[in-house]
Amino acid sequence: MQPKKEYTITVYTENQVGLLNRIAIIFSRRKINIESLNTSPTEVESVHRFTIVINEYEDVVRKLCRQIEKQVEVLKAYYNTEEEIIWQEMALYKVPTDVIASSVKVERLLRENGAHTVVIRKDYTVFAAAGHREETDSLIKVLEPYGLIEFVRSARVAIIKASAGFHDRLKEFEKMEPGEEAIENEFLDKNEEVFTM
Amino acid sequence: METLAKPQDAAIQAPVIEMSGSQAVLEALIAEKVDTIFGYPGGAIMPIYDALYDYHDRLKHILVRHEQGAIHAAQGYARVSGRTGVVFATSGPGATNLVTGLADAMIDSTPVVCITGQVFAHLLGTDAFQETDVINITTPVTKWNYQVTEAHEIPHVLAKAFYIANSGRPGPVLVDITKNAQLQLFSAAPYQQCTHIRSYRPKPIIRKEYLEEAAALINNAKKPFVIFGQGVILGQAEKEFIRFIEKGGLPAAWTIMGMSAIPTEHPLAMGMLGMHGNYGPNVLTNECDVLIAVGMRFDDRVTGRLDKYAKQAKVIHLDIDPAEIDKNVKADVPVWGDCKETLPLLTQLLEQKVYPQWIQLFRDYEQKEKEKVMQDELYPESPVLTMGEVIRTLNELTNGEAVIVTDVGQHQMVACRYATFKQSKSNITSGGLGTMGFALPAAIGAHFGAPERTVVAVIGDGGFQMTLQELGTIMQFQPDVKLLILNNNFLGMVRQWQQLFHEKRYSFVDIQSPDFVQVAKGFGIPGRSVSKREELKQAVSELISSKGCRLLEVMVGKENNVFPMVPQGRGVAEIVLCKEDI
Repeated sequence: MQPKKEYTITVYTENQVGLLNRIAIIFSRRKINIESLNTSPTEVESVHRFTIVINEYEDVVRKLCRQIEKQVEVLKAYYNTEEEIIWQEMALYKVPTDVIASSVKVERLLRENGAHTVVIRKDYTVFAAAGHREETDSLIKVLEPYGLIEFVRSARVAIIKASAGFHDRLKEFEKMEPGEEAIENEFLDKNEEVFTM
Repeated sequence: METLAKPQDAAIQAPVIEMSGSQAVLEALIAEKVDTIFGYPGGAIMPIYDALYDYHDRLKHILVRHEQGAIHAAQGYARVSGRTGVVFATSGPGATNLVTGLADAMIDSTPVVCITGQVFAHLLGTDAFQETDVINITTPVTKWNYQVTEAHEIPHVLAKAFYIANSGRPGPVLVDITKNAQLQLFSAAPYQQCTHIRSYRPKPIIRKEYLEEAAALINNAKKPFVIFGQGVILGQAEKEFIRFIEKGGLPAAWTIMGMSAIPTEHPLAMGMLGMHGNYGPNVLTNECDVLIAVGMRFDDRVTGRLDKYAKQAKVIHLDIDPAEIDKNVKADVPVWGDCKETLPLLTQLLEQKVYPQWIQLFRDYEQKEKEKVMQDELYPESPVLTMGEVIRTLNELTNGEAVIVTDVGQHQMVACRYATFKQSKSNITSGGLGTMGFALPAAIGAHFGAPERTVVAVIGDGGFQMTLQELGTIMQFQPDVKLLILNNNFLGMVRQWQQLFHEKRYSFVDIQSPDFVQVAKGFGIPGRSVSKREELKQAVSELISSKGCRLLEVMVGKENNVFPMVPQGRGVAEIVLCKEDI
């Protein structure tokens, strides 16, 4: 059997309340940990996209994708290895401004690590960097001596290298049958106006 | 996008009627040709019940005694009729009581639509009285679910619910409707059934090349073997299936859920697969050269140990659900599609064949099973009654034409092993989930789904006590169901396992039962208990031929075991005929 590998699962879905749970429990039911999960719109209006990263055997991942695709509101699920995708994660770093200001090295460090400044305040400065896991991790090490106050990293976003075919189908599909809008609960702040018994 | 026009478009073309969300629910049911609802009222579903007051001439409502009874009844209704069962329940405990039935319907692919009341939308998430997060509780056990918070969503959502429940691989659907949506007035366009959802493919596209590969394998086989499940029944493909096996001369065995799809006496019928199935089909699964699986999902109770399952055979798997292909057993040729469509296409490509020697092997094993197991079970010499002879007596008196609803345990295995069936949709049991307490309410539902048929519920003493409150439902609505309790004064299947695999340490299996005849009497149901062979035939005959519900308790051997058996963790070919062989 092949060893466990990192797989990125891309799921194209309708935009519906509750679908996140329906997809998430396919993993938790089998006691599989999700390493990263991102939801996002796609290039096609009304179609949404989940990007899920897990470490598993290919056989298991294939079955998971079939179970995901079985859900009524899922259009398509793909899985890819790292070589088949282009991916990025984004990270934010908060560092005390006085330390940064007093050190001449910082600008060079940021340049080397592909980071840029998002906010400069009197008390702190926030940097942002995007890249692979090792890259955003290495900047933690770099900034730690300067008093890193807070660090956060986003979920992975990934683009499948060979996705042109599906994109065309998706566009055609949306043109033929436009999706519906998700209906949300509009009553949560209307306590006073609603009749109860 | 569904075919349903959006409300504003429809307003231009068709008359719009002002109605409440509750009325819209009932109008939707009528439009979906629902005739019976199984339900139980409560606070959060009161507006729907209020509206139902004016619809009682068009919709029959069966008031059960517990919501679990409602959903099992709806399952029984659906299984016997092929139509979607409908359930009403209130929020909170009403809805959580449905969970077992939803799980059962999910794993056994039964079309059911549950409509639950929910607290007002503005109270969601406030821990309001009888508020439970029903959508999230039921997500893993529903094919689809949806929470409605505004009345105008109702027609559209219910149309979707009925379409999803009973298309493709069927399953349970739950629609949770907040009370404000039930009360709200809105302008309703005429109801339109849903026939398409853009993200949902109920039937995969049939691939011709796979059909050709499958046919080539079958045509070149020396020892082909067909195993089939409920897919044949759900796809209403019984005739297509029989034509398929008859043309190919293919011996066929059923899973517990596939049982009754073909007559049990069909010359190509080889019996039941699985842990307590027949000897030949289990052993020969590991000797066939081509295994053709039709509408079945290779449950572990069918396959035994997977690494010892049909390793020598090429596997052809016909299924409507692509997720089933390769899930448990790797298919050499996957035939995606509705077997109603794929079977005739495959039959066309088959050569007319017969396999007399191969089939004789099944018959030889059958003969051995008859001598070593069936003889004693069906025609016992000891004075103690056996479950098998009760079922044999039932077969003789119903001529194999009854609907048999079973619960879970030894009696279920015995009934499914020995019952004879002439028509499809006649064997109703909780196969996948193994829900004790299923049979009594499911039998009530089966009666309403097929009132012209004789419905016999075969139930153990343990399972009967799990849902016996539904005798109240029988008392009130008088469904003509025959209750046959096989009482061995034990939780028999667990006892059998404790005997065989836990050194006879009988841990909490000696269940005491009330006087079932007296219990039935309390509900106005005539009952009788027998323990002697000379009374049996007359008692079963009285049960079957009398009008109305009756209860017959048969006292059977306390420590009888069900054999053959594929012990857990062993391969199908390691099936044993008696406890000495374990």
